Amino acid sequence: MTDIAEASVAMPDPTEVVAPPKGRSGASAWAVWLLRRLGLAVLTLWLVSVLVFVATAALGDPIRAILGKEYAASPDRVAQLEEQLNLNDPLITRYFDWLTGFLSGDLGTSIANQLPVAGQISSTITNSLVLVLLAAVVMIPVAFGIAMISANYRRRRPDTVIQTILLALAGLPEFVIGILLVAFFSTTVFNWLPAVTLVAPGGQPWDEPKSMILPVATLVLAVAPYVSRIVRSTLLEVLDSDYVELARLKGIPETVVMRKHALLNAVVPGIQVIALQLAWLAGGVVVVEFLFAYPGIGKQLVDAVRNHDVPVVQALSMLIAAVYVLVNLVADLISILLTPRARTAISS
Amino acid sequence: MSTTTDKSGGAKSEPGTMGKILKSKRLVFGTVLTLLIVAFALLGPLVAPYGENEIVGAPFSSDGPLGTDYLGQDVLSRLLYGGQMILLISVLGTIVGMVVGIAIGVVAAYAGGWWDEVIMRLNDVTLAFPQILLALVVLTAVNEPKWWMIVLLIGISHAPRVARLARGVAMGIVSRDFVIAAEALGEKRSRVILAEVLPNMNAPLLAEAGLRLTYSIGLVGGLGFLGFATDPNAADWGQMINENRLAMATQAWAVLAPVLIIGLFTIGTNMMADGVAQMNARGDD
Repeated sequence: MTDIAEASVAMPDPTEVVAPPKGRSGASAWAVWLLRRLGLAVLTLWLVSVLVFVATAALGDPIRAILGKEYAASPDRVAQLEEQLNLNDPLITRYFDWLTGFLSGDLGTSIANQLPVAGQISSTITNSLVLVLLAAVVMIPVAFGIAMISANYRRRRPDTVIQTILLALAGLPEFVIGILLVAFFSTTVFNWLPAVTLVAPGGQPWDEPKSMILPVATLVLAVAPYVSRIVRSTLLEVLDSDYVELARLKGIPETVVMRKHALLNAVVPGIQVIALQLAWLAGGVVVVEFLFAYPGIGKQLVDAVRNHDVPVVQALSMLIAAVYVLVNLVADLISILLTPRARTAISS
Repeated sequence: MSTTTDKSGGAKSEPGTMGKILKSKRLVFGTVLTLLIVAFALLGPLVAPYGENEIVGAPFSSDGPLGTDYLGQDVLSRLLYGGQMILLISVLGTIVGMVVGIAIGVVAAYAGGWWDEVIMRLNDVTLAFPQILLALVVLTAVNEPKWWMIVLLIGISHAPRVARLARGVAMGIVSRDFVIAAEALGEKRSRVILAEVLPNMNAPLLAEAGLRLTYSIGLVGGLGFLGFATDPNAADWGQMINENRLAMATQAWAVLAPVLIIGLFTIGTNMMADGVAQMNARGDD
């Protein structure tokens, strides 16, 4: 439910950040655009790393949090943890040690189980990626389908009903949606689907496909309403335009108008919302994975935060931020490639 | 849902504003629902049959209208007690987020040029963080979060998102004639912002505040659900879900009651926000 307001409020215009290059040929202009965007992405991630480091290492007292009531009683344990987290070094040194380690692939050692962070994260990343991709694959056709049905009945009863339902769904936090689904499909009303993901040692969560249904459904229900609403309003805008009116007057059937004229023009804003939603999913999986005990980065993050496992939290939050930045970059690239106006703005 | 297009905003619609409000079904429905839940949360402790931490029977039994929870406390009483904290934190968090966000956005729009670029770039950095992640990252190094920490975290996670909208709205205003006239008269910069720019941003920001409140409730509830609540013994809707989650098959109401009330609350505030937005941009339903 979070992070989505910007989708409905102001669609970021990918052409806005483009400084129109003058006097260059198409290919080099593209290279300049891409380099500039990559540079901005790297800059963003660097600032994110500062933010993550300050938030986890400098704001609170991690050792006091880890030891809790033991803190006063065991000074040698405190010293040992200070050693492990290098807390005796000045903050700047620690930050650069952490950053250089990070860049060379050394993500540190977990405090909770003394294992290297990189090894623990690699398996959960795959699990989360599968979950998010499945959700996206289901969500995109569903959202576009609902938007088309709704736009077809514009401002008549079925449209109003669909829009009210979507609006109600859009406000619901994902844990509310998830728990209601669990109550309905696996505990209180029916007993069809498993409420938690049980993974045998060495197995994968999708070995038992039934257990994937509810987590995917929760993510789809949390995200589809936003995409659907944006696509519908774009569709309505296009359907009101002069060239669609002309197509109708020429006698082209309404279904063809919808498919060929309206839908294609709604794809670009659609991609922008989908990108925002996919980026949101990177954070939304936290709650959903926790709810269904799905072994992904989200559940791992919640566990790590609860154990005050600073290195794991740092690695996971950098990862999620990187996904977010990357998805936005790719979405901007795709929507520029699909918009002739923006394409020529860059390469001319 | 009329089809007339009037994008001039709420300022012009002085005649019959009240009538317009009553005609928007979403706004009326959302406001009524929100007020009902707020009243439930505020007045709840006065009518609760049992105390917040009073044991009334065996754990997860069906004593009382909604049964008992994991410690044998009355679910209905916990529900009546548990709304105040989530309400307080969400409202305060929303206010912090709106104030900080509007300040950043308006200053960026008004200063323009280099300042604008730098402020909005820094803003993008914080946008790369899903909202709940920001809260979780900070809570890593904290043993038992205080309520004001959650307020600040929620406010800070809202601020960049509000700033982006506020900047967009303010951009359309700072170049208008009356702002230039005020500057030409030699008004101080702070006065131009406070007296000329801000009052003209009301309508879109009101809708944004409603939306932010919806997300705040979801965030506070979500943090409680993940087990990061301020007081482990206190009744709190989000935390109640977490406490009783494992017994959902046997005593569903202990989980469903707080889930449903959080759900209704967010539906109410979201409908309200959408109703306001709809009035701002008529015809664009």
